[in-house]
Amino acid sequence: MSLENGRNTAAAVLEPIPAHSGKRSSLRLEYDASRIRSPWWTPIVSIILALLLCALFIAANGMNPVLVYEKMFRGAFGTTYGLTETMVKAIPLLLCGLGIAVAYRISIWNIGAEGQLTVGAMAATAVTIYFPNLSSFWSLSLMLLFGIAAGALWGLLTAIPRTHFGVNELITSLMLNYVALLALDYVVFGPWKDPKGFNFPGSPKFTAAQSLPVLGSTRLHIGLLFGLIAVMIYYLMIRFTKWGYELRLIGANPVAARYAGIHIKRHIIIVMLISGGLAGIAGMAEVSGVTHKLMQGISPGYGYTAIIVAWLAKLNPLGLIVTSILFGGLIVGGYSVQTIGLPSSISEMLQGSILFFLIAGDMIYRFRIRRSGVQLKGGR
Amino acid sequence: MDFTTQLLIAAISAGTPLLLATLGGILNERAGIIQLGAEGLMLMGAVTTCIVYIRSGNLLLALLATVAVTAVLGLLHSFLCVTLRANQTMSGLAMTLFGSGLSAYLGKPISGIPLPGTSPKLHLAWLENVPVIGPIFGNMDYLTWFSLLLVLALHLLIHRTSWGLHLRAVGDSPATADVMGIRVELIRYSYVIVGAALIGLAGADMVLAYAPTWNEGLTAGRGWIAVGLVIFARWNPLRALFCAYFFGALDSLGFRIQLLGSAVPPYFLKMIPYLVTILVLMYLGYRNRNKPSGTPEALGVPYIREQRF
Repeated sequence: MSLENGRNTAAAVLEPIPAHSGKRSSLRLEYDASRIRSPWWTPIVSIILALLLCALFIAANGMNPVLVYEKMFRGAFGTTYGLTETMVKAIPLLLCGLGIAVAYRISIWNIGAEGQLTVGAMAATAVTIYFPNLSSFWSLSLMLLFGIAAGALWGLLTAIPRTHFGVNELITSLMLNYVALLALDYVVFGPWKDPKGFNFPGSPKFTAAQSLPVLGSTRLHIGLLFGLIAVMIYYLMIRFTKWGYELRLIGANPVAARYAGIHIKRHIIIVMLISGGLAGIAGMAEVSGVTHKLMQGISPGYGYTAIIVAWLAKLNPLGLIVTSILFGGLIVGGYSVQTIGLPSSISEMLQGSILFFLIAGDMIYRFRIRRSGVQLKGGR
Repeated sequence: MDFTTQLLIAAISAGTPLLLATLGGILNERAGIIQLGAEGLMLMGAVTTCIVYIRSGNLLLALLATVAVTAVLGLLHSFLCVTLRANQTMSGLAMTLFGSGLSAYLGKPISGIPLPGTSPKLHLAWLENVPVIGPIFGNMDYLTWFSLLLVLALHLLIHRTSWGLHLRAVGDSPATADVMGIRVELIRYSYVIVGAALIGLAGADMVLAYAPTWNEGLTAGRGWIAVGLVIFARWNPLRALFCAYFFGALDSLGFRIQLLGSAVPPYFLKMIPYLVTILVLMYLGYRNRNKPSGTPEALGVPYIREQRF
């Protein structure tokens, strides 16, 4: 398929090769649909290109992009503090990204991780408010359970309209994000507001029994283990169980899967329960491990960033660990450039452009540069 | 003015950006390309309007810049979806993420600065004294009139002209259109670009008529509501008018109930448009479960002309 003139391609393919074609052959791009799997290096190239693109915007703002990027990198990975902070940010990204990856296995686009995380955090906080005097073990277990249940319920609210009413899950899950954030505003300004909080919106501070254990004097909490365990379970389930096999089958060819008797609706519901539940864990870990209270803006867009994390990792469990640390670093780096007067939205801008280059790169890989006249020979 | 008239005026004011974005979405999707980047495009449109208007003081220049910037983003979307045949959902999501990041970045220096003016209004003195419609139509701004004319123009374009026939052919069956000699790629490119520019104008309208200052993420999901409205409107511009005003009314109804001193916390009133979006989509899905939904048949399916290998 030629890029410069799509109309003439069919005709060109059908035309006989002119005798002198060897001399007059021109280069053209041709689409090769059989190249479905893109190579491992497209994410790396996309990141580099995105850095270059955003360098233009930074330079247009009158800053030196090299210095800005260096500052971001040092802020995120240069010090022990930066590194642990990066890991702290990577935890929710890993959990949410994993949830998104599971759903994406069967082409369910869950962009509601932000809302699922928020309700997970709210449910965990509800435990601290209504059962304030439990022992550490019971309190944390109950918080985890509530967080998972709330996230899963939020996922179900997306799954049911999809399976029973044919509503696009993208719209539902996103609308529910706004509903969850408004509900969060309601509780932190209303019934759960800390009476001793100087009128600041937020729940009372969690007690030590309600907080996840941390590593030494850092803020890195045990939620990291939740993430790693979840990744391991994901890998084993997808690889070795009948359920995982069915997911892969639906992902590869939903029509064939339906004829094979696989109950796709049930899979959508299960997958959304898991997806929401994982985001719910992230929410619980965030309030219990990091902020130690419920407040506005507990998530700086983790749910959205996790979409890119999952996509960049190509749904691969090991890749997820790498990309979530990378993007955790991007968020921390974004904060650290604020000290030199740049907005932290630099990191969001980078994330968006990485995604652009990635989806473009995966597709460009499917095009081949060929000389016209050569392609007529039939089978490759 | 009584409560109903006030509500109608507020519904039109809040509904206009939704209407423009929905019309843009309809053009995109009629050509067979899903546009999920509406939220990002609206934000980019809003921030461009604010920056250019504050820096230059010229509203027309600001609107032209908005159209130009969002058209370029539309070009990017169509390049990805039409030429590269990338995943349209993913491209739209990327547009939204990139748009919200870039708009926050660009808008930081002008955040909170009020615009030099709002959208100018077209006073129709002869109409103002007519009861009921006078107060509503006698004093609307130019962008609202533009959106109303656009509804009519797009309705005629899609349903009454050969261009519209080509557009629908490309959205329903690109292969057939291609065989008939219609330039599928050209049509898709054009409508995605024009649609993106309209969505950008929706963002401009939000800041000009609704909240005359830039705030990060000020669209608050209205781009996504517009994506839903395209489905309610069943890809039809006339229906889009009613759907957009209905949602405009819902949007302002919450605000008005709050003003009347209701005991319901405002957070719940603000949830109404989002929840109604989901409920209406569910109702439509239930009602049309055995009927064709009116979706362009080839929506979201990249067109690859059959190749011989």
